[in-house]
Amino acid sequence: MHDLSLTQMAKGLTDRKFSSVELTQTFLERIRKLDPQLNSFITVTETEALETAKQADRRLAEEKHSPLTGIPLAHKDLFCTEGVKTTCGSRILDNFVAPYNATVVEKLAQAGAVSLGKTNLDEFAMGSSNESSFYGAVKNPWNLDAVPGGSSGGSAAAVAARLVPAATGTDTGGSIRQPAAFCGITGIKPTYGRVSRWGMVAYASSLDQGGPMARSAEDCALLLQHMAGFDPRDSTSIQRAVPDYLSLLDEPLQGLTLGLPKEYFGADLNPQMAERLQAAIAELEKLGASVKEVSLPLTRLAIPAYYVIAPAEASSNLSRFDGVRYGHRCADPKDLEDLYKRSRSEGFGEEVKRRILVGTYALSEGFYDAYYRKAQQLRRLITQDFQKAFNEVDLLLAPTTPTPAWDLGSKTSDPVQMYLEDIYTLGVNLAGLPAISVPAGLVGGRPVGMQLIGNHFDEGRLLNVAHQFQQVTDFHLKAPELN
Amino acid sequence: MQWEAVIGLEVHVQLATQSKIFSGSSIAFGAEPNTQANVIDLGMPGVLPVLNEKAVEMAIKFGLAVHAEIPERSVFERKNYFYPDLPKGYQTSQMAEPIVGLGYLDIPLEDGGIKRVRIHHAHLEEDAGKSLHEDFHGMTGVDLNRAGTPLLEIVSEPDMNSAREAVAYLKAIHAIVTYLGISDGNMAEGSLRCDANVSVRPKGQEKLGTRCEIKNVNSFRFVEKAINHEIQRQIELIEDGGRVIQQTRLYDPDLDETRAMRSKEEANDYRYFPCPDLLPVELDEAYIQHLKETLPELPEQKRQRFTEQLGLSAYDAGVLSSSRALAEYFDRVVELSGDAKLAANWVTGELSAQLNREGIEIEQAPVAPEQLAGLLKRLQDDTINGKAAKQVFAALWAGEGHTADEIIEAKGLKQVTDTGAIEAVIDEVLAANPAQVEQYRAAEPEKRGKMVGFFVGQVMKASKGTANPQAVNQLLAKKLEG
Amino acid sequence: MTINAEDLHKVAHLARLSIEPEATERYTQALSSILSLVDEMQAVPTDGVQPMAHPMDATQRLRIDEVTETNQRETLQRLAPATEKGLYLVPRVVE
Repeated sequence: MHDLSLTQMAKGLTDRKFSSVELTQTFLERIRKLDPQLNSFITVTETEALETAKQADRRLAEEKHSPLTGIPLAHKDLFCTEGVKTTCGSRILDNFVAPYNATVVEKLAQAGAVSLGKTNLDEFAMGSSNESSFYGAVKNPWNLDAVPGGSSGGSAAAVAARLVPAATGTDTGGSIRQPAAFCGITGIKPTYGRVSRWGMVAYASSLDQGGPMARSAEDCALLLQHMAGFDPRDSTSIQRAVPDYLSLLDEPLQGLTLGLPKEYFGADLNPQMAERLQAAIAELEKLGASVKEVSLPLTRLAIPAYYVIAPAEASSNLSRFDGVRYGHRCADPKDLEDLYKRSRSEGFGEEVKRRILVGTYALSEGFYDAYYRKAQQLRRLITQDFQKAFNEVDLLLAPTTPTPAWDLGSKTSDPVQMYLEDIYTLGVNLAGLPAISVPAGLVGGRPVGMQLIGNHFDEGRLLNVAHQFQQVTDFHLKAPELN
Repeated sequence: MQWEAVIGLEVHVQLATQSKIFSGSSIAFGAEPNTQANVIDLGMPGVLPVLNEKAVEMAIKFGLAVHAEIPERSVFERKNYFYPDLPKGYQTSQMAEPIVGLGYLDIPLEDGGIKRVRIHHAHLEEDAGKSLHEDFHGMTGVDLNRAGTPLLEIVSEPDMNSAREAVAYLKAIHAIVTYLGISDGNMAEGSLRCDANVSVRPKGQEKLGTRCEIKNVNSFRFVEKAINHEIQRQIELIEDGGRVIQQTRLYDPDLDETRAMRSKEEANDYRYFPCPDLLPVELDEAYIQHLKETLPELPEQKRQRFTEQLGLSAYDAGVLSSSRALAEYFDRVVELSGDAKLAANWVTGELSAQLNREGIEIEQAPVAPEQLAGLLKRLQDDTINGKAAKQVFAALWAGEGHTADEIIEAKGLKQVTDTGAIEAVIDEVLAANPAQVEQYRAAEPEKRGKMVGFFVGQVMKASKGTANPQAVNQLLAKKLEG
Repeated sequence: MTINAEDLHKVAHLARLSIEPEATERYTQALSSILSLVDEMQAVPTDGVQPMAHPMDATQRLRIDEVTETNQRETLQRLAPATEKGLYLVPRVVE
């Protein structure tokens, strides 16, 4: 049962082959059994899940259901869930029970989905390896010595290990796509503004975007259908109708031009991964797509630009965690400054502190122009490069990461080493573009991700191409062996 | 040495919206602590702001009223600092691209002159909460009801040179925001708050002196006192060989002094940057034009109309236009009575005096414009004389009757113009005071003028004030000549 | 760009973080190395390029001015570390 796609599960539920309660219990059982090895969940909401599943079964019986009614899923613990602990992977929110639901959580609940709990993540989504969580590192189900990627590492690992059929994620600089790639699942980062950010705890507000993580493009399409849409509570939400993604999946690829940005296939790229990608490109060509080399000359510069903009916004976004109204407060503060400094220093982990410090520095008097303003200017140039490329091609095809998942602990001593690994994902966020990572094989037993990047609001096309690819390949069906 | 003070004001106006600038919480004054602080106002994780359209509209109306440039685009920025009354650790404000650009205000001075004060810009921002320092076991209590209340901060150029000018400017701002209905202007409740930047320089010197900012001077009286005090402090400091240090000072109205604020000593680095949760506000021409057309007549225009069309003095025009309610009251009295000068005399005279005595505002005046106009009509048609009019007004104020006519009738205040009746009273008075009549007739003609007053008084008294004073004078003169 | 202990503590104070003495060197090194990465930006000329604060070329939408919220004090203050009489408590603030 745990290997079914969302569409198959929905069919099984409506055909009464199994109930939502049975389905939910199956996954809860797998979490109980397997998650101790992975640490992909921070909170499992068993009681609430079974209660919701019962309601779903009633709705199914009354035939008042949506395609997601009774389907289990999990939320990255960056989304606020009313009445359920929402930690952001941080000690500072270890005691925080959100007083309201994120729009994404609300919409999926409205559709009848059954939340099994909250998945682990890098603290405040700051990281590429899921090692910065206060709740401990998440392991990659393909190799327990490897990182699952980050920051949505818990969601990726849980989906890959079939502990849950799908999960929500957020992507600020690759945090959906990179862990999806490392764990061999499919994950889409939508256009900025497509999915509401209300209730999604901010890391870098102008880059953050929520999206689905699942095993296939088809499952992602179904989820995105229910996650996307205008939200009046988010000023950056886009007022634009959501297309029927599922109906677009079967469009033929004839006439499609894929651009291969040459900077994404350079010396940084692991040669075996390059081979897997070439094979994937060949499959897409067989389906009727043509390819063309394009150039995104400022690709490398996305790293410094991102690592100024994101920390700058983060330094301000995280000022609210001050031990006054919620969250961790130090014991016996002797004065106000002590309250702030100790609560924050005890509450935040080292990577979060580093980014707050870098961001504060970049915005401070005398450095604003050289860092923050400069990064925003580069951001425009990088965005313009993408637009030029989209004048020539329909979509871009690239690796999601330069290498497969690395070993736990191998990049924690030098933050810059880890930042450099984000080279293929950051530009997309700076430009607000949609992009999807699709499994494209294994290298040394570790999954490889192929990234497709679209112009604004091209989610439908991305899901379509990914789905067509998954009709002729079976990488997305492969499961890691766990006992 | 002759010193010149240079003063600029930053006025924070609380906008009279229903809800907060970025959330749907009420901004009503006086609620129980933290009952009007929702997840957004408290800066809960994951919350987002959405801008209140009314706040934007009000800011633009103000801009149009002060002849300011309204830029096509304005941007919200974050001003970052930690303080318990600032829930997010930043204040959402505007810096590089404010909603209202350069403008000016012509303010009437007490001597009837006009002073032009330039407005550097005005920007929208959110208010902070309140810290309550009474004893909670040595702790401070924080109420965040006010956090997120929309403020318009109006920043003047340093164009004022005395505390009186500063007060006149502040009064003019107060008049404009209340005319526009964008603020209740209630200073006691903090709806209008003022920080003053004060420096002094030798008269004639171009270069500005070092300035001090005086925080939170929140009544017209305190503004004047605090600025005067600060000017004096700076002059004395310099004359004693000292130097003014740029700092923030707090005015203490109880001690009538300013003192440096401790908490502001450390150099601030607010790290302003564009708020990523809010997009640039873009305004189209048609919208601004529409707002322009809905603007009410403003103090400046009213003043002009009062002097040019109604022939009032600059002083009266200034007083009558100082508040929208007063001006509207006056306009209504003029409309009904048809005599602007008479209406101005009564509104600035008897009515204002009575309002002052009772410490109430024009809105609470028990005498409606219709009632006052009814009274003035009886003055105009000589039904009553001035003295009786005051009695009628007092009676109207006291609620002793609905209309002037009713009171005139009830109190028998109708002026007697019938010469026969007046002559009869005069004859009585002369008959009752033969000695005085003798004296009068024996006096030199030039001394008689003064002496006639006695008889007038007696006649008025005998007629209970209803005799027409002119008729009395004429007839008396004739009869006394014998 | 390298950052010394004094810079670090100045920035840490602005951000209301305290850095333990034994961690100072670790932070200065990490920050210096991040800033060196960031300094790669300086090689690209950007004169006259309009800074880009938002990825989409959109403008602010306005909310109708109406009160939509009700009193949630009891629920929300359950999350707070210290309250009394409806107020959030902090160590005494000196003005």
